[in-house]
Amino acid sequence: MGTTVDRKTRCDLIALFQQYFPAWIATILAALTSAGVLVTFIALSALFFIWLERKVAARIQDRLGPTRVGGRFGWLQTLADGIKLLTKEDTIPTQADRFLFTLAPIIAFCSAFAAFIVLPFSPYLVGFSLSTGAFFILAVLSSEVFGVILAGYASASKWSLFGAIREAAQVVSYEVPRALCVLIPIMLAGSLDLTKIAQQQSGGMWNWFIFHDPFTYIAFFIFFICATASCKRAPFDLAEAESELVAGFHTEYSGLRWSFFFMAEYGSMFAVSAIAVILFLGGWHSGVLPSDTEVLFGPIIGSLINMFVYIVMKCWLLIFVMMWLRWSLPRLRIDQVMMTCLQYFLPISAVLLLGATTWQLFAPIWMRVWVPYLLFAATILGVMTLIGMLARRPTLTLAGELPGVWLGRSTPFMRAKS
Amino acid sequence: MARALDSIHASKVMTTQWVLFIIVSVWIVMATLGVVFSHQIIRAAVNLLFGLIGISLLYFLLGAEYLGAAQLIIYVGGTMVLVVFGIMLTSQDGLSQPRPKWLEWAFGLFIAISIFGMIVYASINAIHRPIADQTNSLPGITPLGQSFLGVQDADSQESNHRHYLFPFEIVSVHLLVVLVGAAYLARSKRSRKNTPKVDPDV
Repeated sequence: MGTTVDRKTRCDLIALFQQYFPAWIATILAALTSAGVLVTFIALSALFFIWLERKVAARIQDRLGPTRVGGRFGWLQTLADGIKLLTKEDTIPTQADRFLFTLAPIIAFCSAFAAFIVLPFSPYLVGFSLSTGAFFILAVLSSEVFGVILAGYASASKWSLFGAIREAAQVVSYEVPRALCVLIPIMLAGSLDLTKIAQQQSGGMWNWFIFHDPFTYIAFFIFFICATASCKRAPFDLAEAESELVAGFHTEYSGLRWSFFFMAEYGSMFAVSAIAVILFLGGWHSGVLPSDTEVLFGPIIGSLINMFVYIVMKCWLLIFVMMWLRWSLPRLRIDQVMMTCLQYFLPISAVLLLGATTWQLFAPIWMRVWVPYLLFAATILGVMTLIGMLARRPTLTLAGELPGVWLGRSTPFMRAKS
Repeated sequence: MARALDSIHASKVMTTQWVLFIIVSVWIVMATLGVVFSHQIIRAAVNLLFGLIGISLLYFLLGAEYLGAAQLIIYVGGTMVLVVFGIMLTSQDGLSQPRPKWLEWAFGLFIAISIFGMIVYASINAIHRPIADQTNSLPGITPLGQSFLGVQDADSQESNHRHYLFPFEIVSVHLLVVLVGAAYLARSKRSRKNTPKVDPDV
């Protein structure tokens, strides 16, 4: 991946390859290398997320999940799935539009992939540093809906068409509050450059933009919900509601083409989580260490630590929350989904933007100093309470007795027996 | 070695910019021809999508990152989604092939030739040709935003520093009116009690 901190201390891959090749070959080689690294990263994280999704779903539903393939925890279950997918018959319905049918998964994957081009994993690790990175990411992620619409249309199946229509309506609506929430940290940072936005959140955790003021605190949650909806994850997965539309837009797909849709879904999940991390959750800053890792460990090791420890761990945490939501909440109805967006999220995010602007202009200095600490402390307290509640042993009821508020009473079956 | 590379760069014989420009141009031309020659309207829309993506790539190639991203978010993410959505909702038969009459042919030909002539005339007589600038002299979008808001840059005391606060405000108020109007329309439909409830299946 190319490195651009600022344009003076640029020591990127193009310069590296230019020592051995002519300029144009060097550029192409650098581009291919970055693209290869990114595609491998997306594919490997998709493998991991599918395994994680199964495990999380299983734990939430009181099961074990995959246990056999690849040792104790079923590590290699996704690999086995992949081999199965590769050997599947590749079917295209006879009524389908062949060209668009084959094109749709590629469009979906390409737009999820394009978001990773400008995503900074550390100040030194950026595929290509754009000065308008945040805007670019929003633009390419919004074109992912095209893959879904075309897939639904080209399949010549009513289930697919219904799924595509729902998806189009949902994604186009949720883009608006999502963009308004992204605008708030951009306004605080005064830059569209993702690297610069993340660099302004160094130091303690209370310097992160989520704790900047009460408005950004709410904006983070609104953004996260809108991002979940735009990744068409449950409870917003109306596009592939399997209980009513078979599998929605990918009903007619199988094999490798189908897996492209899943790579796109997990890729865009990681992309929106990374945007949330960079805009609100401090980017590659640990929030604990006294100074940046690049300063402590040198640029190369520091960048790797930044990428794998901070960005990836924070993103995994957010993706885990997405999975947690998916397996805990029931699916909304499509009119509820639209109403949530247009009647609640749109006005709320507009008010948040105005509120953050007002705060930036008029908040007295003591409020600016103390509110971040206050919000930070409240969050820590809330998280500790949550962990404490999760760590508590579940209350077990004896056989033949009712749980909860009916504790101590026997079940109807036992009563009938006695 | 480095000097030789610089001379290659300067002579613009075979730079990466040039190669990429050729590739993107061929892409745009192919996609646009596809719009004209495809019989199905959905194919034409998809080709138009590729043409618009190619144009945004051209902007990125010229270093106009903001314009490229705006092209993507407005045309690809917004307009084209609506176009395809409209086609999906209106066309009875997705594979229908419209057969234009001779008057429509003549009218379309007239418009096409006049627009093509205008573009050719403008590009031949252009005073400021777009020159790709890969050095770090690109100002970014900060000056643009500042002149939209009428903020005078302290460093540059240029006499021709323009402000666009007034057109910017007009556009903002226009967009606000559109938003309020859309909300009003959506609301008045819902509040009527006699209309049947919206089918939750679709």
